[in-house]
Amino acid sequence: MTSFWSGWVIVLTAITLILTTWILVANRKREQRETERTTGHVYDGIEEFDNPLPAWWFWMFALTIVWGIGYLIVYPGMGNFPGVLGWTQINQHDREVAAADEQYRAMRDRYLALSIEEIADDPAVRKMGARMFGNNCAQCHGGDGRGSYGFPNLTDNDWIYGGTPEVIKATLVNGRQAAMPAWDSILRDKGIAEVTQYLLLLNGRTADTVQASEGEKHFATYCAACHGADGTGNPMLGSPNLTNGIWLYGGTPEQIAHSLRVGRNGVMPAFAETLSEDKIHILTAYVYGLKK
Amino acid sequence: MSDPQLIDLQEVAPAEVGEVDLYQRREKIYTRKIEGFYQRLRLFTGWPLLLGYFLLPWMTWDGRQAILFDLPARKFHILGLTFWPQDFPLLAFLLIISAFGLFAVTVFAGRIWCGYTCPQTVWTSIFMWLEQKTEGSRNQRIKIDKMPWSVEKATRKLAKHGSWLFVAFATGMTFVGYFYPIRSLSLELSTLSTGMWQAAWTLFFTLATYINAGWMREQVCKYMCPYARFQSVMFDQDTLIVSYDERRGEQRGSRKRSADYKAQGLGDCISCELCVQVCPTGIDIRDGLQYECIGCALCIDACNSVMDKMEYPRGLIGYTSEHQLQGGTTHWLRPRIIGYTVVLAIMVGIFSYTVASRIPVELTIIRDRNQLYLTTDNGDIENLYELHLLNMDKHPHDYLIQIDGIKGAAIVGDTTYSLEGGEVRTINLRVRISPEYLDKPSTALQFEAIAKDVPSLRAASESRFMRPL
Repeated sequence: MTSFWSGWVIVLTAITLILTTWILVANRKREQRETERTTGHVYDGIEEFDNPLPAWWFWMFALTIVWGIGYLIVYPGMGNFPGVLGWTQINQHDREVAAADEQYRAMRDRYLALSIEEIADDPAVRKMGARMFGNNCAQCHGGDGRGSYGFPNLTDNDWIYGGTPEVIKATLVNGRQAAMPAWDSILRDKGIAEVTQYLLLLNGRTADTVQASEGEKHFATYCAACHGADGTGNPMLGSPNLTNGIWLYGGTPEQIAHSLRVGRNGVMPAFAETLSEDKIHILTAYVYGLKK
Repeated sequence: MSDPQLIDLQEVAPAEVGEVDLYQRREKIYTRKIEGFYQRLRLFTGWPLLLGYFLLPWMTWDGRQAILFDLPARKFHILGLTFWPQDFPLLAFLLIISAFGLFAVTVFAGRIWCGYTCPQTVWTSIFMWLEQKTEGSRNQRIKIDKMPWSVEKATRKLAKHGSWLFVAFATGMTFVGYFYPIRSLSLELSTLSTGMWQAAWTLFFTLATYINAGWMREQVCKYMCPYARFQSVMFDQDTLIVSYDERRGEQRGSRKRSADYKAQGLGDCISCELCVQVCPTGIDIRDGLQYECIGCALCIDACNSVMDKMEYPRGLIGYTSEHQLQGGTTHWLRPRIIGYTVVLAIMVGIFSYTVASRIPVELTIIRDRNQLYLTTDNGDIENLYELHLLNMDKHPHDYLIQIDGIKGAAIVGDTTYSLEGGEVRTINLRVRISPEYLDKPSTALQFEAIAKDVPSLRAASESRFMRPL
């Protein structure tokens, strides 16, 4: 808030408080009118008496004014004045999250002491893990973990970096950076078409054998370093298996050629900063248990 | 009959001209105890309600508290039924029916709700009875309040407030017992091991009862209760009201019992002021119909007892209607009452049918918000859905998820889910369809969850299936 609007709010609030108090006190007494007991309002034969209000009502009103002043001192209300408690919505949220964290830490610590394999089928772990997966992973890997274009399916037992509990955990903690260079400038259109045909052949699909045999030579030169001589990939480098019919960026000849032409950069963010160790342990167990 | 100096509680300002405080101190009302037909009637209406209130939470049903409004779990148990937040419209509907029933009764018989059944009146009556037992009759109480502090006064006051607090505590604990299992609550309270919130709410309702029924009393009716303020729109000339028969009572005045009062030009009212002394809201019924009157009929009983002593006919103050007061007769069957009754019967019927035919399972569907659709390697289209399946039944069931509406649609993954009694499950479901069956970019797709063991236990919901344009 700019200082003008801050001042505006402060002045309005103060005037309202003062006016309310003045109205309450100024109306406290009136002249005695012995003759008129009613206000003069008549409707349908029903008359309205001019009876005084109860004193407790006056004191309750006075109390709300006092309460209001106290509130404005303690909590933010007077323009930019933060209040003596320093309360904000954000620090209240942080406190509640910390309290909830504390409340469930003991339970999560029990799971942390056990191995991933032991707890992967635990119903409580499945439930907690599903929540964390929904909040942190589902955006890319889908609510059911079956992935989408560019994001691997976690339920099919094909693991780019390996599917042991330790590796899954390392993936979660540190994230992954996958990089395949663009081959457009080296292979040109002809070379890309040949490698594409070779990859189709590797997967047992119909391919142009002449082009594929040319592609095999390119593959040995440029691709085998990461994807292996037989194209089954290398989990140490995160280079996917190209022979099992699972395509992260689509398996049509056009899509494969496109991947070759422009290269690929896959990013899985690191969760070490976002999630505590015990939470990552449970999430790892959940992901480990996803595969059937 | 009574001391005339103690009667004038209605005077709000001194007689001389001057300034008057617009915020007035409450004049304490000392009610005189009275017995009679309507007070016995009040006992008969009050006791069952009181017993019901105090005993219901102790009843069990199927191994749990029969009536428990479990707020943390967001489940309301009422006998065999369990209501979920999704059933909230039912509660709203029930409250509307109750309000409508109250209006219907008001058109017919005025404020008998206030006089006979309203908790404010019932608890005030209990507290007045305790006051009577500890501090004595009306005159004794006035005397005690005026006299300086003494051991006797302190003892009597202590006994009064002690007994009030005891009843208030029982009331408060019972109230909290509707929201937190009362058996554990009473045990925890007796061993002082209760949780902070249970203790705080018990204390709150104890104090609220104590203040309301002990100190606020008629002020709640006069200043806070909205019903008192809008009852005038429901009253008509044939509504039953507690009223003084002015034509018979005036000219009021004291007289000897043997005197021929008619010859003196007097009516039947002997100005004994008993009707004023018994009134819990401190009004004089002889001033006519007033919004403060809660229809408790104490003044009727008081006046009838005097009429009996004087050997005059009863009913100088009685249940009557404006028509009757004007010399006519009360019309019972009026269009308003018939209309209210018919509408009320229809509403109760619809409500009962809705509750009886309620199926305790619910399915809601949210489309996945990340991808509109996915394309598989062989060209099939996939859509992701987040299903929320609520098994509101007490028993566990295996639910089969089925889809319908598009030819060739298939669920990828599990189709059967086991849910515990009262479990809410989030299911991420993937549906796969070959594009040849999708002639529109967006097609309606029906989902249904069916309990395998009880096929009538089913819920359906609709979502849409998207394909590339």
